[in-house]
Amino acid sequence: MAQKTVLFAKHVECGAKMVDFHGWDMPLNYGSQIEEHHNVRQDAGMFDVSHMTIVDLQGPNTRNFLRYLLANDVNKLTVSGKALYSGMLNEAGGVIDDLIVYFLAEDFFRLVVNSATRENDLAWINKQAAEFNVTVTERPEFAMIAVQGPQAKAKVATLLTEEQKAAVAGMKPFFGVQAGSLFIATTGYTGEDGYEISLPNEEAADFWQKLLDAGVKPAGLGARDTLRLEAGMNLYGQDMDETVSPLAANMGWTIAWEPSDRNFIGRAALEQQKAAGTMKLVGLVMEQKGVLRHGQKVVTEGGEGEITSGTFSPTLGFSIAMARVPASTGDTAEVDIRGKLVQVKVVKPNFVRMGKKVI
Amino acid sequence: MSNIPNELKYAPSHEWVRDEGNGVFTVGISEHAQDLLGDMVFVELPDVGDVVAQGDDVAVAESVKAASDIYAPVSGEIVAVNDALNDSPELVNSAPYGDGWMFKIKISDESELAGLLDAAGYQSVVDSE
Repeated sequence: MAQKTVLFAKHVECGAKMVDFHGWDMPLNYGSQIEEHHNVRQDAGMFDVSHMTIVDLQGPNTRNFLRYLLANDVNKLTVSGKALYSGMLNEAGGVIDDLIVYFLAEDFFRLVVNSATRENDLAWINKQAAEFNVTVTERPEFAMIAVQGPQAKAKVATLLTEEQKAAVAGMKPFFGVQAGSLFIATTGYTGEDGYEISLPNEEAADFWQKLLDAGVKPAGLGARDTLRLEAGMNLYGQDMDETVSPLAANMGWTIAWEPSDRNFIGRAALEQQKAAGTMKLVGLVMEQKGVLRHGQKVVTEGGEGEITSGTFSPTLGFSIAMARVPASTGDTAEVDIRGKLVQVKVVKPNFVRMGKKVI
Repeated sequence: MSNIPNELKYAPSHEWVRDEGNGVFTVGISEHAQDLLGDMVFVELPDVGDVVAQGDDVAVAESVKAASDIYAPVSGEIVAVNDALNDSPELVNSAPYGDGWMFKIKISDESELAGLLDAAGYQSVVDSE
């Protein structure tokens, strides 16, 4: 039987169409995913992301452990609350998961990892942590609500105490702070301003209702997918997985090569891949009628590639995609759409940010 | 749960057919079908004058979720298409039996009508999914 988040009853109350998402009963939409998408770009929407896994790491050696576990370098985190996006790689340089790590204190870091990879991740982290004497604690007692959009922060503010408002005042992107019972982070998966808020399970339904009352509209997995794709953000399991190098998944920027004496899992393999060259993940744009979809073949002069994620972009009004293609791919390519080869533009995989077209 | 008007005929592939008289039949997709597909983003319609056979794929409904072929429920000639869907494909979602209609066929073989489902028959198709 599918797992339910503590917000399940609220979703049903809001008229959600529920679907199975990697073993979780989650809202696909609450009527129209396109309206939900526009609402996030133009106002404020909220997503139940309680299925995501929060893992706390504690112990004096936690920083050293993470410098070994992750391809990005947590030594970039010097201010308490600062967050970092990273891949967690296997020895072959494949992506076990992508995650966000928060530096809370020298002996306390927090990871937020994908739900679909939860068991794998926990097994891997625990296995690697043993040598470092780091305590690994999953936090299923927290629900998580992402409030996103240009009006998100202002609408959340109406629910906060004076102390909580002070705690988040002037918080820059990619920070997290514990404010009362809320862990409030300036992160998200939409390319808009907003928060991801972790809070005790028993407070979640009430908080959701207060957000509704403040004019924040619920949005489902459908809108979440089109928003993240417009923002050029990868979806684990679709744009990359254990068999894909971060270099072939537009995650090169998350690999901290320096200092060169930092040994991290997958480093040796990555260095070889870098020297040998890999495919690359690009953006595709098709302004004519039709929709680019996951799995469609991409034809370029240098060989074939494949669409990893494709959708209709509600903000742009035409179809966009991410595709893994040969490194030699230029400004155009062709996509096999139901047997027809259609010409598309090749761009950087980043289409919309802060409500604005960036292609 | 989903709305299945009694006065229409249905194909198991989720098209509905409305008798407009003089052998002309309007075709669209059911409320159940649009609900499965989700928000419609493009509808590719046949050309007026196309001669189609029952079961031919004659249109494509592209939603946020998938591209879905629409089949001719009866054989005949396409005599009209719903151009409003070019600018407002969401009509298929909001009014699947009304303004979201797709095309009209002048039927060439009336006997094919007997093979279509009535509302109860289509309901059992929906229930069995």
